[in-house]
Amino acid sequence: MSLQRALALLSESAFPVVAGGTDFYPSLQDKAPPLDVIDITKFDELKQIERFDDHWRIGAGVTWSQLVKAELPQAFSALKAGALEVGSIQIQNRATLVGNVCNASPAADGMPALLALDAQVECQSSRGTRVVPLSAFVSGVRSTDKQADEIVTALLVPKFSHTECSGFKKLGARRYLVISAAMVAVNIDCDEQGDIQRCAIAVGSCSPVAARLSDLENAILGANIADTQGLLNAVSLHHYRELSPIDDVRGSKAYRFSVVKALIGRTLIDVCSQFTPRRNA
Amino acid sequence: MSIDFRINGQAVEVSVPSTTRLSDVLRDHLECRDVKVGCNAGDCGLCSVLVDGDVACACLVPVGQVAGCDVETVAGLIQSEPVTQRLADAFLTHGAAQCGVCTPGLLVSATPLLREDSQPSEQAAKDALGGVLCRCTGYRKILSAVCQSQCAETPGTETPENSAMNSANVYVNADAIVGQSPLRVDGRNKVFGTEKFGDDVAPADALVLKVIRSPTHRTRFTFGDIDGYLQRHPGIHRVFSAKDVPGSNAFGVIPPFIDQPVFAESHTRFKGEAVAAVVGDASVMARFNADDFPIEFEELPCVLTARDALASTAPQLHASSEHNTMCEGFVKRGDAKAALETSAFTADVAIETGFVEHAYLEPEAGYAIRTGDRIEMFGCTQAPYMNRDSIADVLGIGTDQVRMSPSATGGGFGSKLDLSWQPLVAVAAWHLNRAVRVTFTRRESMQSTTKRHPASINARFGCDASGTLTGATFEGYFNTGAYASWGPTVANRVPIHASGPYAVPHYTARAKGIYTHCSPSGAFRGFGVPQAAIAQESAFDELATKVGMDRLEFRLHNALTNGRATVTGQVFDTAVGITECFEALRSRWQEAKQRVNDKNKQTIKANSALRYGVGIAGGWYGCGNTSLPNPSTIKAGIRADRTVYLHQGAVDIGQGSNTVITQIFCDAFGIGIDEVTLIGSDTDKTPDAGKTSASRQTFVSGNAARLAGLALREQVTRLDNTPDWSGLPVDKEGYVVCVSETYDPPTEPLDENGQGVPYAVYGYAAQMVELSVDIELGQVELINLVAAHDVGKAINPLLIEGQIHGGAAQGIGLALMESFIPGRTENLHDYLIPTIGDIPPIESILVEVADPHGPFGAKGLGEHVLIPTAPAILNAIQHACGARVRNLPATPDAVLAAIPGE
Repeated sequence: MSLQRALALLSESAFPVVAGGTDFYPSLQDKAPPLDVIDITKFDELKQIERFDDHWRIGAGVTWSQLVKAELPQAFSALKAGALEVGSIQIQNRATLVGNVCNASPAADGMPALLALDAQVECQSSRGTRVVPLSAFVSGVRSTDKQADEIVTALLVPKFSHTECSGFKKLGARRYLVISAAMVAVNIDCDEQGDIQRCAIAVGSCSPVAARLSDLENAILGANIADTQGLLNAVSLHHYRELSPIDDVRGSKAYRFSVVKALIGRTLIDVCSQFTPRRNA
Repeated sequence: MSIDFRINGQAVEVSVPSTTRLSDVLRDHLECRDVKVGCNAGDCGLCSVLVDGDVACACLVPVGQVAGCDVETVAGLIQSEPVTQRLADAFLTHGAAQCGVCTPGLLVSATPLLREDSQPSEQAAKDALGGVLCRCTGYRKILSAVCQSQCAETPGTETPENSAMNSANVYVNADAIVGQSPLRVDGRNKVFGTEKFGDDVAPADALVLKVIRSPTHRTRFTFGDIDGYLQRHPGIHRVFSAKDVPGSNAFGVIPPFIDQPVFAESHTRFKGEAVAAVVGDASVMARFNADDFPIEFEELPCVLTARDALASTAPQLHASSEHNTMCEGFVKRGDAKAALETSAFTADVAIETGFVEHAYLEPEAGYAIRTGDRIEMFGCTQAPYMNRDSIADVLGIGTDQVRMSPSATGGGFGSKLDLSWQPLVAVAAWHLNRAVRVTFTRRESMQSTTKRHPASINARFGCDASGTLTGATFEGYFNTGAYASWGPTVANRVPIHASGPYAVPHYTARAKGIYTHCSPSGAFRGFGVPQAAIAQESAFDELATKVGMDRLEFRLHNALTNGRATVTGQVFDTAVGITECFEALRSRWQEAKQRVNDKNKQTIKANSALRYGVGIAGGWYGCGNTSLPNPSTIKAGIRADRTVYLHQGAVDIGQGSNTVITQIFCDAFGIGIDEVTLIGSDTDKTPDAGKTSASRQTFVSGNAARLAGLALREQVTRLDNTPDWSGLPVDKEGYVVCVSETYDPPTEPLDENGQGVPYAVYGYAAQMVELSVDIELGQVELINLVAAHDVGKAINPLLIEGQIHGGAAQGIGLALMESFIPGRTENLHDYLIPTIGDIPPIESILVEVADPHGPFGAKGLGEHVLIPTAPAILNAIQHACGARVRNLPATPDAVLAAIPGE
């Protein structure tokens, strides 16, 4: 079956779309799997990470392990770090980035780093192709903007300066195979003086959809990466209105509010410290 | 649809829907029963296979995705991959396989790493194995096996003929007697993937049973049109419910408390309770959907906590138990109230613990078949004779008409003492006269089988100005769930043990079991004692601080000694080994205190959020039943060709009784471990060696094995003058000589104040834990754990270390992450148990204070190993950052909330 044929089928009736299967099977609970699905791992054109003039294209069949092994600029470090925190190696070998996005879990490991990278979502249907910002595509808990006749075919990531650095931290109750209580991804770029020119901070597991903290980003823009105390003050003073954590088995609301500051502060300082050696060199 | 791929190098073609899980295709269509299924959700990694060289959970792979691929399982890798062969050897020599159900997944998962890096770092090994859960071993021996497996120096791997694959005699060690660590006698099957567990033994034509369960905590239900349902579903043979139970629709484990129905009758009392069973052809049942079963449930008000169940308005679960109070245990010695009133220092502690799930990686499974007027059952269990007797009652037949033949059991830890799968398939097979099998899903296993009791404990301990304990009061409420199970045992054991292994002259302790609309609580490694120890050991840290004594010295000062009465008035003349355990830790304790002190100075100076701490705790545990008969019988015989057979009925659920009992027998009889043929547990073949529970197999069955060895020796000596046995008469099993010896530990009843001799033997333990707490995140990182255990005599040191590691890992889970919330955490991604990344290095110190009753002086160990772990961790957390977590588990949010403010 070709992708075009699959899109034609979807335009006529609904089928589950399966990639790595790592969310699909658990969601069945104890029931037998449906007989008919559209398995997008069969489409070779979706299996690559491709570099274009102004963006990267991560096909819907690309697994986390593939991403980890790919040569990518350091702006992707947070995404790679997130990849290594996805479940286990067994999961990373089969699960796809696009599947992680489409599953729309508040705790999706890929979301914070993808949001920090300003990722966009490419949706195809027999009606055509459209591109939606990731922040708009995932609309709520287990809910996306994907239409019934669409297949998400790729994630598109704009190219950033080669100097951009990034970092990721995930907080869970055990080391492996854990759904996080909070996650933070930070992307930073600075000029030669160390003044921050781009700042992206995203938090997962603390709102129905992982969120960018644009007010905090704006507060940090222009600050110097060496001004650790100033950066931490900004983090500490921010109100975090973008977040609406819940009480659940992985942590209380109060806990999440309290640790997210510490996680952001630490990730920010880590990322800023990635610049220092180069400036001294 | 036809799908072609290669399995272990062989081209295969299967005609199944492309969305069929690869794990189901491998097990059901290709006979690859070495691929185990633990959760069907990617949470446990048991079903790990290689797809084109990369590891994947076969339960999450649509078989259509492996078309044209190479799929490898452990059975194939063992045949063709030297890396895996060496690793399997290392698993044997390191003792890295206990029950063995996770072993195939571990061997497969480590193979890609070892292909690339023959001497991986510990971190690399953890990253490779982080996706495979193991509940028995505590992972440390797995790590050492993986990291060292490819080194030439590893014993047993120097030459090809020594490899596990090529040598039939890898475990042969003629000197392997008591005190040695011969390889497990059942180890090879576990590392080759050839071990048969509960889901691996049913005949191919067995019908499949699925259970209809209560969707919520308490319901009233009515069946719809069952006949119409059967007509609409060709291939479904019959539906079973309460009216189909031929004997008594009730089971349990303690005669006055037989209160759990096989199938609920009109009302259910917990979420997941069985109301009916549907039995049909395997092909039809593979697509079974419980949603179209004709039944209506009406949800009723429920009580889920002991506190709510005790309220005057609470619905009553069982007519015979007023105020939902199942039973009460009580111990009183002296006048605790008066002693505490005059004590220089007192410490009050209130502890809350949650349900803890056993989370053995093998879900309950087995099958039954009717043979004439008998029923025969094959599957996982810890208690074959108890199962046999219960099933006889359920079917209304004699115990001689029931056979329970245990398969390998993939972990039990107490929960597989109770019936689960057995009555369902027994009733169905009895009526249908066909083999009927069942395998619980992970959700069913977690919903419906027993748990560790949640405890609400209030305790007060007191001491005088010199730090000598004066008295204690203890009151515990234990949520026993909807049915009694082992709740009475918990209620009885807790007051006996709640003093810890210390001299407490004035003492009152009470423990009540309270019914609620939750999964039944039952036996779980320690029968309530670990919860009690948390209260007592927390109070001791507080008292030591108040007195101004070192925490270890405070415990040593108060340690029970020979000649001093326990709280039940029992006085041991010898063999009280708790002092030796603490003394074994003393130098490490002093070093650790200094170390964490130094580190804290550094981190505070560096403005880091890490705080270091060290904690200590002791524990004791009485081996065998409490003041009740508890015999084990072991049989052995010799045939005319001088071959020796050991009928060993002590079920090995991974802990190693097959090996230990054999070692003891061989030592007593005077032969090498390779010279005896083991006949495994089976109620038709082995005498009753009791249940695998209460840390009793080494002590009780070991004693029976020792007596059997000695008796056989005596019989053989009588035939010294008969060199040729071929003419001698043989019994019906073909034995020229045969002995059967029984041991029952000497205990005495307890009086109305709990005074008496509950156990012939206690084992003793002390553990210390060093850790760090991130005071901004509440995260606890364990740095190391040192465990000193008085085992009397170490029959098999390697297996003992395995028990210590595994028990400590469960204690870590209890302390830091495990909490079963009925209806919410019914899977292994919401219910967390430790992974390979969560267990620190563990040092085991084996203390041997010989017991006069134990075989060669040995004491039990299986439960002792986790009793001190959780309190030692909690005490270390408090030492590190001042956080007194009294509501377990100490998850990061609980720790952070408990850190005192500025």
